[in-house]
Amino acid sequence: MMNPSLAQEDIIIRIRDLVVGFGPKLILDRLDLDVRRGEVMGFVGGSGSGKSVLMRTILGLVPKRSGQMQVMGRDLDRLSTGDRSAIERRWGVLFQHGALFSGLNVMQNIQVPMREHINASPRLMDELAMLKIEMVGLPADAANKFPSELSGGMIKRAALARSLALDPELLFLDEPTAGLDPIGAAEFDDLISTLQKTLGLTVFMVTHDLDSLYSVCDRIAALADKRVAMAGTVEDMLACNHPWVRSYFHGKRARQMVAAPTMP
Amino acid sequence: MHNPGFTIQTKGDSLYCLLNGPWTLAGARAMEQGADQLMLAVGEARDIVFNLGAIESLDTAGAWLIDRCRVQLQSKGAQVRIEGATDAQVMLLDQVHYHPFEKTRQPREGAFYEMMADIGDGVVGAGRDVFRGISFLGEITVAFVRVFHPRRFRLTSIVYHIESFALRGLPIIMLINFLVGCIVAQQGIFQLQKFGAATFAVDLIGILVLRELAVLLTSIMVSGRSGSAITAEIGSMKMREEIDALHVMGLDPIEVLVMPRMIALVVSLPLLTFLSDMSALFGGLLLTWVYGGISPEVFLSRLQYAISFNTFFVGLIKAPFMALAIGLIAATEGLAVSGSAESLGRQVTASVVKSIFTVIVIDGLFAMFFASIRY
Repeated sequence: MMNPSLAQEDIIIRIRDLVVGFGPKLILDRLDLDVRRGEVMGFVGGSGSGKSVLMRTILGLVPKRSGQMQVMGRDLDRLSTGDRSAIERRWGVLFQHGALFSGLNVMQNIQVPMREHINASPRLMDELAMLKIEMVGLPADAANKFPSELSGGMIKRAALARSLALDPELLFLDEPTAGLDPIGAAEFDDLISTLQKTLGLTVFMVTHDLDSLYSVCDRIAALADKRVAMAGTVEDMLACNHPWVRSYFHGKRARQMVAAPTMP
Repeated sequence: MHNPGFTIQTKGDSLYCLLNGPWTLAGARAMEQGADQLMLAVGEARDIVFNLGAIESLDTAGAWLIDRCRVQLQSKGAQVRIEGATDAQVMLLDQVHYHPFEKTRQPREGAFYEMMADIGDGVVGAGRDVFRGISFLGEITVAFVRVFHPRRFRLTSIVYHIESFALRGLPIIMLINFLVGCIVAQQGIFQLQKFGAATFAVDLIGILVLRELAVLLTSIMVSGRSGSAITAEIGSMKMREEIDALHVMGLDPIEVLVMPRMIALVVSLPLLTFLSDMSALFGGLLLTWVYGGISPEVFLSRLQYAISFNTFFVGLIKAPFMALAIGLIAATEGLAVSGSAESLGRQVTASVVKSIFTVIVIDGLFAMFFASIRY
């Protein structure tokens, strides 16, 4: 961010030769991926192909066998505990099932990272938590509800609000629109793109939602055969000859999307 | 990093506030102070301009505070304009758009009122527990009758639970009983020596262990080990809607989940009690030999004289009843778990506390019963 002239600085996530496996089975084999600062990167792949594993590896939840990962210009292997925690403050994560703390209400959930990392007055923290609740489109009375009292879509929104609590630069979303109705999903997409524009957010989004891919993603990376088969814009994807990418972007559902004239 | 701040210039009628520094959440406290100072510095000016040109970085928190100042000044009748903002900053200010939130927190009643309400809650809860326990016992009885149909008798599941309750718990339960046998023997000899009646320690060990101690300790251990496991298993299944899944498949959760565990407990506890008896008596024998100088031959002949079959039987007959109570409480508490992880923890605690309490109460009732029939 300090020196935008360097190409190195424009890449927020740089992955080279990443190998991840469980037991004898390799999930990711010499995977390369670049995510540019300020873009919304959609990440697609078949079920069980290792999309979530890649995300969890970047987040440090799954150990890698070999390879290099740089996030915000820092090599994740060579970080001291303090530096790592500083990086972790600058990214937000939305887990697939929300992962809200079930013993805390929505307001308290959002305030967990604020309380831990930020020295702010209770008034400001309350106001900011309420602001995030509104920004993600939850009603104000959801603030005092516990996760077990929320519907699936509301849990997603509350979890997004928590991941935005510290205004991160980099947002990881694991299937954010799965389980939302089409209207809710479209609102979610709008929200992501507004946040990206206003906060200069970089978004790494694992998704299956073709609508999201077409409407908010600047670039798409497709995971097939344990590595990134193709990365580029929707047009690049449509032109790609890789069999899996072809069947994904030329399938019946995808053709309907392309045919629809309202696409921006 | 320097703090968020501002400089003030007067140009004609308007007051120019040139904001500078980083207005982000990282320096939240300094930013809040900056906003307060800004409000003071502006004072009673009528025409105010916020210039954001020199701001290093702005996030939602900063935008919120700036917009808060703007709205508060406007409510005092001042004109506020924002200048020099980039497109992104304008969007951000528009997005946050300050407005006060209505208080959604529930107002607290008085402390006395809350205490009385808590007590009332506790009383009603206890009554409901008893009622629930009895109705659950009824359900279990019905399921028990149905279960003795060859196709519904879940032998594999029962054997699996007997293994986990009895076999896996055996070493620790026997060790505890062995140690308690030793302690009773040591104290018995030590105290009775004063009267020259050290050999009566054998009577003490035999009767105390067989009638009360072995079965009580075993039941308490099983409550802690297996009762908690049953509550946690059933509770987490309830949390993840697995119980509902059984219902809609036409399977009765009581029959599928609760019955095998109940039967396994009722079979396991008497077996464990018998082995605990033996283990405690062995502990007593060993200690009276080493510490009291009473040889094993003397111990055994003295024991034969001191106890009869009913001493042993009184202890053993209590075991299945205690097993029933433990299983009943563990299953009811498990099924009472609601959505949160916290409630699972609460129910497991309640399950262990209630079953240990009930086991001791049952032991007391049996003592009264056997005393009145002089058995």
